[in-house]
Amino acid sequence: MDAKYEAVIGLEVHAQLLTTSKVFCGCSTKFGNEPNTNVCPICLGHPGVLPVLNKKVVEFTTLMGLATNCKINSKSVFARKNYFYPDLPKGYQISQYELPICEHGWIEVTTTDKEKRKIGITRIHMEEDAGKSIHDRGNETLVDVNRCGVPLMEIVSEPELKTAEEAYLYLSKIRQIVRYLGICDGNMEEGSLRCDANISIRLKGDSVLGTKTEIKNMNSFRNVERAINYEIERQIDLVENNERVVQETLLWNADLNEAFSMRSKEEAHDYRYFPDPDLMPVFVDDIWLKNISASLPELPDIKKERFVRQYLLPVYDAEILTQSKPIADYYEKVVSYTDDFKSASNWIMGDVLKILNEEKKEIPNFSISPEFLAELINLIKSGAISGKIAKDIFPEMLAGNISPAAIVKKKNLLQVSDVKVIEKTVDEILSSHPQEVEEYLSGKEKVIGFFIGRIMKQTAGKANPQIANKILHEKLNSLKNN
Amino acid sequence: MISYSNNFDKIEKVRRGELSLRSNLEYFLKKIEAKKNLNAFNFIFNEDVLSIADSVESKIKSGSYGKLAGMVIAVKDVLAIKNKPLTCSSKILQEFRSIYTATVIQKLIDEDAIIIGKTNCDEFAMGSSNENSAFGNVLNPVDESRVPGGSSGGSAVAVAGGLCDASLGTDTGGSIRQPASFCGVFGLKPTYGRVSRFGLTAFASSFDSIGAFTNNVTDVAAILEVISGKDENDSTSSNKDVPAYSKEINNHFSPVVGIPKEYFSEGLSVEVKNAIENFIEQLKENNITVKEISLPNTEYTIAAYYILTTAEASSNLARYDGARYGYRSQDSSTLLQMYNNSRSEALGSEVKRRIMLGTYVLSSGYYDAYYRKAQKARRIIKNDFDEAFTQVDLILTPTSPTVAFKIGEKSSDPLEMYLSDIYTTSANLAGIPGINIPAAKDKDGLPIGIQLLSPQFAELNLLKFSYFIEKNLLNK
Ligand SMILES: [Zn+2]
Repeated sequence: MDAKYEAVIGLEVHAQLLTTSKVFCGCSTKFGNEPNTNVCPICLGHPGVLPVLNKKVVEFTTLMGLATNCKINSKSVFARKNYFYPDLPKGYQISQYELPICEHGWIEVTTTDKEKRKIGITRIHMEEDAGKSIHDRGNETLVDVNRCGVPLMEIVSEPELKTAEEAYLYLSKIRQIVRYLGICDGNMEEGSLRCDANISIRLKGDSVLGTKTEIKNMNSFRNVERAINYEIERQIDLVENNERVVQETLLWNADLNEAFSMRSKEEAHDYRYFPDPDLMPVFVDDIWLKNISASLPELPDIKKERFVRQYLLPVYDAEILTQSKPIADYYEKVVSYTDDFKSASNWIMGDVLKILNEEKKEIPNFSISPEFLAELINLIKSGAISGKIAKDIFPEMLAGNISPAAIVKKKNLLQVSDVKVIEKTVDEILSSHPQEVEEYLSGKEKVIGFFIGRIMKQTAGKANPQIANKILHEKLNSLKNN
Repeated sequence: MISYSNNFDKIEKVRRGELSLRSNLEYFLKKIEAKKNLNAFNFIFNEDVLSIADSVESKIKSGSYGKLAGMVIAVKDVLAIKNKPLTCSSKILQEFRSIYTATVIQKLIDEDAIIIGKTNCDEFAMGSSNENSAFGNVLNPVDESRVPGGSSGGSAVAVAGGLCDASLGTDTGGSIRQPASFCGVFGLKPTYGRVSRFGLTAFASSFDSIGAFTNNVTDVAAILEVISGKDENDSTSSNKDVPAYSKEINNHFSPVVGIPKEYFSEGLSVEVKNAIENFIEQLKENNITVKEISLPNTEYTIAAYYILTTAEASSNLARYDGARYGYRSQDSSTLLQMYNNSRSEALGSEVKRRIMLGTYVLSSGYYDAYYRKAQKARRIIKNDFDEAFTQVDLILTPTSPTVAFKIGEKSSDPLEMYLSDIYTTSANLAGIPGINIPAAKDKDGLPIGIQLLSPQFAELNLLKFSYFIEKNLLNK
């Protein structure tokens, strides 16, 4: 970015809520059913139907409000957003406008230069999703109403984000929180998490906002970053060339890495919001709110701090382990069976996450139970097996969630720590490799590695490496002194 | 035809074998056919009703039957009945059939009422004369050159013309009370929220009430008792207890009756005025306390009413766009053209006028000046009533400023037409119940109605007093 300018970015995030039924009717929210099968007269917008609010939606949105430090309004009101589109059966979307359920919150993000930034959340409100229009069938547009009425929560940030990176971090934090709360699966590619960005630029130090544009259709985290950077550069180019930024809505095209104008300000909809007379205001009372607060899980930042404190982990480890709640839960289960907190962290951050990544699996489907991973860590810690043996048997554990102790026993892999046994092996190796001994004595200390390798080979890796090392040095040094 | 004074009497006569429900239905069907020129019905359920009549009759004879057993009811064609047409008297829904049943209809059926057909009305219940139906005018049976009132004109005519025992209508600004007044029958609009709106095609959601037309107070009480109550499908329905209206209407109730002076100023025809004043004298003679009251903000009712109802209507009617069901214009090449053509071709001019008005008052830049201000006016109008009801139990007004007018007389002047609802819209703004009582006739025999209003959920008082009037004051 040209250093003269700064960008002002606000995000509108739509999160599909994981309720089993729709927000205003009893239809299923299940994704991927045959088109137009999750429908009823209500979500089809037939004459005479009325919406009835699914209370779960209020609960989920309130949880999000609490998790993002919002004020929960004791009274909020549903409003109609009026516009015509074939996948909007009633000709209006039920949303919230003047009185949303949550307002005035914030979340904190940490930028790559370790700067902590508080990003304001203007509001969070409840609304219904529209259907899907399918345009790629020749001349016809088909409409699938299954998604109509699936509950959405819209989270609107203050225009306080300054870079695409911050927008990315903010969005990641939102996703992390909704996943922690279990209220949205946070999948941008499948559209259960969607993001629109409002972007303007101004000269650094200016207090007046520039003309903003809105970018839609950024359906991955990577695209959010790319599209925002694209738009910032485009606006700077315009201004640098003495052209004006036009207020408009742009659609991001991920294939072309370019944004295209969708509609200008003049073509913008006048949504004619007004309170929906079919729904009563939503009243949130203190007792209910207290119960919801009590059900709030430990949030990622707090969990991270606790991991540092309780398990004496580096912040880096705690950050990774608390990235997702299932991983944090897995870690805590492992350390409930072992007190080697750091090894548990290393195993999970290393081998476990690597395998999950390779196999595109989530940790609840990981085949090694926390008990067995802890058992493996304890076997190393007690000296019963070496780290190398542990790595060797890990694939076997993975294949069938088998107890590592059982594998060690079956394969006779217990580490040899008996000094006499190791001494005998060392003696044999030294006497059968006089040339290497000679090299060592002449000052080539590197051959130590050769001898360790031989010892391990001869003991099938079972020799306790510390003891073997110690004995080897003692023997060689006594030869040196002779 | 064996006559009966109300449905309880009818049940008794059926039970005793003096009246056959099948022949009763055949009588009505024949009469509907004979009076086809009134154009009261959009659809008649000939194929269904006779066998239903037989089964209800055997239920009555077995001694186990519903509260409305055998009552023959016509319903306004804005109410949904599964697998039956639901047109709202509009071309845009001409071919539409509902895939579910309205709560009120289900409640009637569950109490063994017999639904005989669907009645004509103003398109989407917008109108005061039934001249806005895509299926033609409805004629007033008292004088066929006159309108029956609207928008529930067909329902009023079905009862006034003796084509059924009772009918359901809907009342957004007087659409039950005004046609009841024009046709000379009882017409009750309950408290907003008393009766579920689920299955009622919305015109103005925060105003629409479902009510009934009958020839007597007992039947309207019985119907209200059945159709009232909380409905899980309607969040705006009330969970207040439903009194046993039909059993309690003959309990003594001597109300203080308020006469709002603002309802007797210019615009009220002399004949109606005289008739009402005459009626008030009769009340006094019967030792009813009558006192003048004031509803000071009455002048804002029509404006507030038309701003708010058209705003809601503009949104409620957006779904009729030709995209998913209903009429679709065939010659359109773009989506916008399809919307424009479908709606232009299939919606009537009054409906279009109100959609445009409503769209305008909600538009950005105009919302505060119109919609928000009208909401404020609605609150002060409601406060007027709250205040008045601290002094009186019931309020008595003319139902309409005139008797039924001639067909075509006002159809060229929408504003003039809107003024025929001047005394009825306030009840919908305030959400209170009101009833039309066929109290008098003018020199030509045209009915003149009085309107009684009560506080919210005080329908029992309204019905008790109506029953008292019916028994003591009306010239049978
Ligand atoms: Zn549904």
